[in-house]
Amino acid sequence: MSWQPSASIDNIKRRAALLKTIRQFFDSKNVIEVDTPAMSQATTTDPHLHTFDTTFVGPGFANGKTLYLQTSPEFHMKRLLCAGSGAIYQICKSFRNEESGRYHNPEFTMLEWYQPNYTQADLVAEVDQLLQLTLSTEPCDKLTYQQVFIEYTGLDPLADSIAVIRDYALKEDLADFVANEQCKDTLLQLIFCFVIEPKIGLKRPIAISNFPASQASLARIDQDDPRVASRFEFYYCGVELANGFHELSDAQEQLTRFRQDNSVREREGLVAQPIDMNLISALEAGLPDCAGVALGIDRLLMLAMDAKQIKEVISFDVTIC
Amino acid sequence: MATVSTNEFKNGLKLMFDGEPSTIVENETVKPGKGQAFNRVKIRKLISGKVLEKTIKSGETFDVADVLECDLAYLYCDGEFWHFMNNETFEQIAAEEKAVGDAVKWLVEQDECIITLFNGNPIIVTPPNFVELEVTETDPGLKGDTAGTGGKPATLSTGAVVRVPLFIQIGETIKVDTRTGEYVSRVSK
Repeated sequence: MSWQPSASIDNIKRRAALLKTIRQFFDSKNVIEVDTPAMSQATTTDPHLHTFDTTFVGPGFANGKTLYLQTSPEFHMKRLLCAGSGAIYQICKSFRNEESGRYHNPEFTMLEWYQPNYTQADLVAEVDQLLQLTLSTEPCDKLTYQQVFIEYTGLDPLADSIAVIRDYALKEDLADFVANEQCKDTLLQLIFCFVIEPKIGLKRPIAISNFPASQASLARIDQDDPRVASRFEFYYCGVELANGFHELSDAQEQLTRFRQDNSVREREGLVAQPIDMNLISALEAGLPDCAGVALGIDRLLMLAMDAKQIKEVISFDVTIC
Repeated sequence: MATVSTNEFKNGLKLMFDGEPSTIVENETVKPGKGQAFNRVKIRKLISGKVLEKTIKSGETFDVADVLECDLAYLYCDGEFWHFMNNETFEQIAAEEKAVGDAVKWLVEQDECIITLFNGNPIIVTPPNFVELEVTETDPGLKGDTAGTGGKPATLSTGAVVRVPLFIQIGETIKVDTRTGEYVSRVSK
């Protein structure tokens, strides 16, 4: 059997050093490290995420209770914020089923942090600071989702109709399903992945902000331009590194989005997921105005060490764990 | 018909793409943190041999191609079809010219070939890696010459032409690698 780690001992030492640097970074900013559960009674409804689950049997749950491994610590951390924690960060394992490959392991290390009173722009600046510290990068480039589309494809993702976007994807011969695709976001994501992403963030990281409102996820909608959400992503050297939001704090709107996700799930033949009512209750009690971001530590390590595969930076990847 | 989803994709899996049986040569997942994931696959169409790159939505399902490979012994050609037989069941199958393709110059009676069947019909004939064939035509060479010099062309009993060392004579049997079309050795009978 192959008992040897997939990462070299040298890389394992460099991981330890990087984690230390990250902890010092947050320490110096008085952001508190927290430790929230890996298992939860509810889970994400995002139709594109696949969860792991397990069954707890014990006092009070003789017949078994399904527990889900978290796909990110977001819901628990927001409950802490609602309870008055102030600025918090966490370095923890997150779990996503059906994800494995060059940049994916089903179990991976995530850095997630929340800053009260930060806007999208404030948090973009702070992520950039962390990247400069850990990767010695130049200050990042900044474009909005609309600007990056216009620059690299000539398309306006907010104004152009699905027909115009589909024609572009057909002309570029991106995929066979394009001709019958009825979802504008799927087409935009296809173009983003295969036309735009390979060209951006090559020399220095780039932050793409103001994603379309239809791809808001858990971000709030921009008050000045309701076509976009206060959501950003960082890309560097072909790697999607971080995803952040000016957090949605409206409990009703959050509940509506969870329910919409579940109807998409049912339409696509996926299982509807239990909605995290603890999170909804916490939001009802009040989430401080804040911005939060999740960053893949393993990918950060890949970039720091110029590793070609995620397994080179994690001790035992899924094929040998 | 059986179907598989993109999660079950692996190299060598045989699927129907654009109505044609195809095999997966490479498969890579492109998965953003939020939003639609895609599979970038390289496929080879079994009949035309064409290699194509395709991008598909993760989670899509495809029909499994009813493709089967079996070892059958070559019997004879009747001018239109090439006949093969299963040496255990004695069941016979006839392949047309399109399926036989380039393998025709390596077919030796009683040699076991791999026949690829699609919906029960032969679509590819793969000859054994090594075949032994008689030299029917070649220039008389110099006696005592060793392999390693330039060599000379020789025509074999099936019509195949290969380069052989100068010492090979008409009437001799030689071993050929069918994958490269190269001479391997002389066969003493």
